[in-house]
Amino acid sequence: MIPVSAGLKTTGNANALELRGVSRMFGALAALSDITLSVRPGERRGVLGSNGAGKTTLFNCITGDFPPSGGIIRFFGEDVTNFQPHERIRRGLRRTYQISALFAGLTVLDNVYLACRGVSRNRYSLLRPGRNDALFAAAEGLIDAVHLTDVRDRLVGELAYGQQRQLEIALALSGAPRFVLFDEPAAGLSPTERADLVTILTSLPAHIGFIIIEHDMDVALRVVESVTMMHNGRIFKEGRPDEIESDPEVQELYLGGGHAHH
Amino acid sequence: MAVVESNSAATSAFPRDGNGFGWLQAIHPAGWALIVFLLFLPAFGSNFVLVQIFGWSFILGMIALSLMFLAGYGGMVSLVQMTVAGCAGYMVAILGDSAITQISLKWPWWAAVPIAVLIATIFGTVSGALSVRTEGIYTIMITLAIASAFYYFTLQNYTIFNGFSGFNGISPPHFLGVDWRDPTAFYYLSLFSAALSFVVVLYVSRSPFGLALQGTRDNARRMAALGFNVTAHRIAAYCFASVIAAFAGVLLVWYQGQISPGTAGVGPVVDILVIAVVGGLSRPIGPFVGALVYVLLRTFSIDALQAVGLDGKRFQLVIGLGFLIVLLFSPDGLIGIWQRIRPRLLGPRNAEGGTP
Repeated sequence: MIPVSAGLKTTGNANALELRGVSRMFGALAALSDITLSVRPGERRGVLGSNGAGKTTLFNCITGDFPPSGGIIRFFGEDVTNFQPHERIRRGLRRTYQISALFAGLTVLDNVYLACRGVSRNRYSLLRPGRNDALFAAAEGLIDAVHLTDVRDRLVGELAYGQQRQLEIALALSGAPRFVLFDEPAAGLSPTERADLVTILTSLPAHIGFIIIEHDMDVALRVVESVTMMHNGRIFKEGRPDEIESDPEVQELYLGGGHAHH
Repeated sequence: MAVVESNSAATSAFPRDGNGFGWLQAIHPAGWALIVFLLFLPAFGSNFVLVQIFGWSFILGMIALSLMFLAGYGGMVSLVQMTVAGCAGYMVAILGDSAITQISLKWPWWAAVPIAVLIATIFGTVSGALSVRTEGIYTIMITLAIASAFYYFTLQNYTIFNGFSGFNGISPPHFLGVDWRDPTAFYYLSLFSAALSFVVVLYVSRSPFGLALQGTRDNARRMAALGFNVTAHRIAAYCFASVIAAFAGVLLVWYQGQISPGTAGVGPVVDILVIAVVGGLSRPIGPFVGALVYVLLRTFSIDALQAVGLDGKRFQLVIGLGFLIVLLFSPDGLIGIWQRIRPRLLGPRNAEGGTP
């Protein structure tokens, strides 16, 4: 399903993602302050924190949607701090959006095909692809993986909410991802769809690491091996899921004394 | 832009059927009737109808088509497309032959035309590069500023552009054993050029490049997050659109036989926007419908006004009112009106099929 990336630049045993003192100001407001974070290749990390903790801003800094105000970001050892978003994406970084950012006027197949095209050569091709186009097969594989084969030729604007969330994930897994940022992929999904999501995330190839922002502990703690807690734009605690879950400070601050079910 | 809502027709990059002739079946019977009518028009149409009505409509339609490509698929309202055409027209006059013998270089047409198209395309691409980082009203202002600058430059420069009087005595060349000044020949030349640019735009809109352009229109930030260089993609779209506008400019100078600053003044620049918007920005056929209506109004409103005892000079008022009425009833122009009445005319079953 997900092709293995080849020939991409990796410096030695570098971390997949390395942030050193990253900050982001919005006017006088410090949305992120002095974030230092390392994620190994293939590692699955959860980012937890209340609303306004800076989780999505952290993602926007990593992808370059909002460049950081200070600090350094390395992706597989390469300093990408001043890269444009598309340059980071072409190096194997991917993301999903909290609010689905899809192309409503195009079909499901065209959405995924565009995502495959974006990280391929010939993205300026004026020639229409034939049936045996390799990216066509790749797009169909991804659509199958997120259970959207039945609605392949439908316009995305006509899809149910849960299907749009699935498509959001398919777009992030297209091409040859090396590291994915999932921004609340389970938000608004039904229990069945959440179970599906957990299956999709746990069955990703081992070399693909990710960071997931997720409020639903049943999803988050089942798919990650480490957790970073954020509060007011700073990293507040890091640890294994069970450590974080049982930490009294964390429980008081975020979990409200027990499991948070939304 | 509000004029380009996401009401574009469902298009897919992928062929639906295995055989390569699916596109033939996609042509609506009304489309076939139109093709036959246009091909056989010289058999019964007068020279006036062939050249002054249809020839001119095809040329204006091509320039408006280049705007439709940018605005409809890319969300970029460029007012520089008429200027690109004017630039190509000027280059044909300067590099080729005209009555202004002290300036014109008298190159043969096969050298002058490609170089003229190339220079105009570079001009359009550079204009695009200057404007693609802006959105909405600012794109309009920057492209309008470039168009105005070109107008005043040609007006005041006498060494290259011959100032106010411009160039006259330009005529279509004689090649392939055909004299293209002949009305029927010129009709077929402009028909062929318009049809070719129409088909190419239709094809490219479903190519990876065109799909990605529509993606940048709908959600530029997401396109960047998929690995697309949105700025470069938009500049490439300007380049593509400028080729069409430049070829139309060559035909325009051959059609008019002269070119002067007024050819690409602010009036004609706005006319192209009006033609594209009134025809409809969501489909490539829209600009041609808009151009035909514009030419018909422009040609016959003087006589019509005088027939009812009004001053013929008020024809601009008639054009303005006509277009105001169209846009009041259909924000998507004449194509939008057609799409609304089609289910009632043809029944819901046929309404699904696509008309080119």
